[in-house]
Amino acid sequence: MRALGAVLAAALGTSLAGCSSTGGKRAEEAREAARNATGKAAVTTPRWTFAMITHSGDGDTFWDIVQSGAKQAADKDNINFLYAHSDEGQQQAQLVDSYITKKVDGLVVTLAKPDAMKDVVAKARRAGIPVITVNSGSEASRAYGALTHIGQDETIAGEAVGDELERRGKKRALCVIHEQGNVGHEQRCAGAKKTFAGQLQNLYVDGTSMPDVLASIEAKLQADRSIDSVVTLGAPFADAAAQAKRSAESKAEIDTFDLNPKVVSGLKDGTLGFAVDQQPYLQGYQAIDLLWLYRYNADVLGGGRPVLTGPQIVTEKDAAELERYTERGTR
Amino acid sequence: MSATAPPATPDKAPSAADERLLRVSPLRRLMGRPELGSVVGAVAVFLFFSVVADSFLQASSFSTVLYAASTIGIMAVPVALLMIGGEFDLSAGVLVTSSALISSMFSYQMTANVWAGVGVSLLVTLTVGVFNGFMLTRTKLPSFIITLGTFLMLTGLNLGFTKLISGTVSTKSISDMEGFASAKEVFASEWTVGDVTLKVTVLWWFVLIALATWILLRTRFGNWIFAVGGGADAARAVGVPVQRTKIGLYMGVAFAAWVSGQHLLFSFDVVQSGEGVGNELTYIIAAVIGGCLITGGYGSAIGSAIGAFIFGMTSKGIVYAEWNPDWFKFFLGAMLLLATLLNAWVRKRAEATR
Repeated sequence: MRALGAVLAAALGTSLAGCSSTGGKRAEEAREAARNATGKAAVTTPRWTFAMITHSGDGDTFWDIVQSGAKQAADKDNINFLYAHSDEGQQQAQLVDSYITKKVDGLVVTLAKPDAMKDVVAKARRAGIPVITVNSGSEASRAYGALTHIGQDETIAGEAVGDELERRGKKRALCVIHEQGNVGHEQRCAGAKKTFAGQLQNLYVDGTSMPDVLASIEAKLQADRSIDSVVTLGAPFADAAAQAKRSAESKAEIDTFDLNPKVVSGLKDGTLGFAVDQQPYLQGYQAIDLLWLYRYNADVLGGGRPVLTGPQIVTEKDAAELERYTERGTR
Repeated sequence: MSATAPPATPDKAPSAADERLLRVSPLRRLMGRPELGSVVGAVAVFLFFSVVADSFLQASSFSTVLYAASTIGIMAVPVALLMIGGEFDLSAGVLVTSSALISSMFSYQMTANVWAGVGVSLLVTLTVGVFNGFMLTRTKLPSFIITLGTFLMLTGLNLGFTKLISGTVSTKSISDMEGFASAKEVFASEWTVGDVTLKVTVLWWFVLIALATWILLRTRFGNWIFAVGGGADAARAVGVPVQRTKIGLYMGVAFAAWVSGQHLLFSFDVVQSGEGVGNELTYIIAAVIGGCLITGGYGSAIGSAIGAFIFGMTSKGIVYAEWNPDWFKFFLGAMLLLATLLNAWVRKRAEATR
C-alpha cells in the first residue's frame, strides 16, 4: 500500500510538471471558437416528446453521430428527445413498448431485426403514434405501417463500392466483416460483389479486439499477395487495415464505410482510397424533423419509398472540407 | 469443502518432497511438466497448418502469428498465475480498454505530456486489481461474482466516462501531443530482423513469461501461489498470507492489462470505449490450453504462453489456409477442443509413467 502511495505521488508529480505544448484539450478549445451554435428552439409548436430506439450496441461511434443529429433537430423543433438502445431484438421491442405506454408523440426506430419489431410497430400505429424507421429495415418499413424510412440501402451502398473499385481498376478485393452474422454487413459485401467484375472475398475478424483485426488482415494479405484492395465496413477498422497493409508490405488500397476524424485524415494523406458515407447525422436529424413536420403539417417524405441518405463516396478531394465536421462529431 | 481441504493436500505435498530426494531422469522430469501436453498440441497445430496452408511457413507469417499470440499472451501470463492461485478474473478484458481510455483521456483533457497519462493509468489500473483482490478476500464471495461485478461496472464506466468527457464514444487523437513518440517506442514499436518484423509486444510477453516463471519456481511468493490454489485454508494454517497473495495476483493481472492497454492506445491512437468485451475468455482459454487446472493449484507461465501461441496459430492459420470464412468460428472451436484434448491425454500418459 505504501509503495502504491509513493507511485501515486510520483505520477502526480510528473503530471503536474509535464504539460504538452502540442495537441490535447487546450488545442481543441483554441479551435472551438467558431463552433456550431447551441440549440435554441426556432418554432413555437407545443413541446412534443419523440423517442428514438435503435439496435446499437454500447459505445458505437456511428450511433453517437445519429444521436447528435437527432438532438440538434430536437432543439430546433422544440422537441423533448428521448433515446434508448439495445442490440437484442427482443429488448429493443420492449423499450419501444415502454415508450408507447409513456404515450410519446412520435417514435423513431430501426428495424435491424424486423420480426422482433413487427408487433410493437403495429401497436404504436394502433395507439396513434407516428413511426419513422431509420438506418436499417427499408424493406419492412412500409409493410409495418411506418410513415417513411430514412437511411442507406445496404445493398445499394455495397454496389456503389463495387462500382468505385471497378472505376479504380481493381481486380481482387477483400471485404472485412467485423460482426459475423450481421445482415447489413453481409448485404454490403454482397452488393459490392454484384457490381465488381473482379474477385471479392469476405474476411471475418473479431471487432472487439483491434489487435485481432490487425493480425487477421495482415495474415490474409500475406496469404494472398494478389489482393489489391481492402474494404472495411466501419471507420475504426480502416486504420487497423492500413497498419496491416504496411506490415504485410502489401500494395493494396484501403477503403472503408463510414467516416471519423482518422478516416478523413487518412483520405487526406493518401493512406486511404475512398470512404462511403451514409451520413448518420442526416438520419437522426431528418427523422426528428420529419416527425415534427408530420405533427405540424401532416407532411410525409418519400412517397412510400425509402429516403436515401447515402451512399456518398468521399475521396481526397472532399477531405479538407469534412475535417471540421468529423472533429465535432457530426459527420 | 473447506473442512476437507487440509487432509486433501498432504497426499500431494509429501510425495513432492520425497521426489526431490530421488534422482529423476531429465526425460521423466520433462514428462511431469504441466505444459508438456500443450507443447505436443502446439507442434500438432503447427504441423497441421504447415501442410494445409502454403504461406504459413513464411517468415513474415510467423511474425504475424507471434504478434497475435503476444497480445493474448501478455494477459494470459498473469491470468494463469491467478488461476494457479485458484481464482478467476472476468474483468481482465475490459480492464485493458479502461487502461487505454484513462491514459488517453487524462493526457488529452489535462493537455499533459502523455507519459503523465500513462502513469495515472497505471495507478488506476492497479487500484482496480487491488479492489478485486480486496473484495474477494474480504467478502469470501466467489471470484466469479466479484469480477463479474467489476466487469460490468468497468464496461459502464468506460462508456459513461468517455461520453461524458470526450462527448463521443471514442477518444480524441493524442498523436500530436508531447511524449507520444517515446511512449509509442516503448509500447507499440516494431523492428525488422531479416524478413521478420517483430512487434515490441513480443518482447513484453517474453519478459513477463520469464518474470512469472522466476516468481513461480524460485521465490517464496511462488510457493504461496501454489499453496493458496491447492487449498487456501491449509495454506493459511501453515502461515501463508492468503489475502496478500491473492491481492498480489490481481495486481499482476492489472499490470498486464495496463501494458496491453498502452499498446492498444499507442498503436491505434484512438480507443473505442466498447472494446475488449469477451477477451477475458480468450485469456482464460489460453491458460487452460497451456495446462492450468480450472480448480487451481497446478499450471505454469510457459504453459500459458504456449496456449496463447496455439490460439494465435489457429486463428491466423485458418486465414492462411483460406478456408471458407463462414465456418471460421467452428474451425477455431474444433481446433481448440482438439488441442486441449490432446493436452489432457498427454498429461494423463505422463502422469501414468511416474
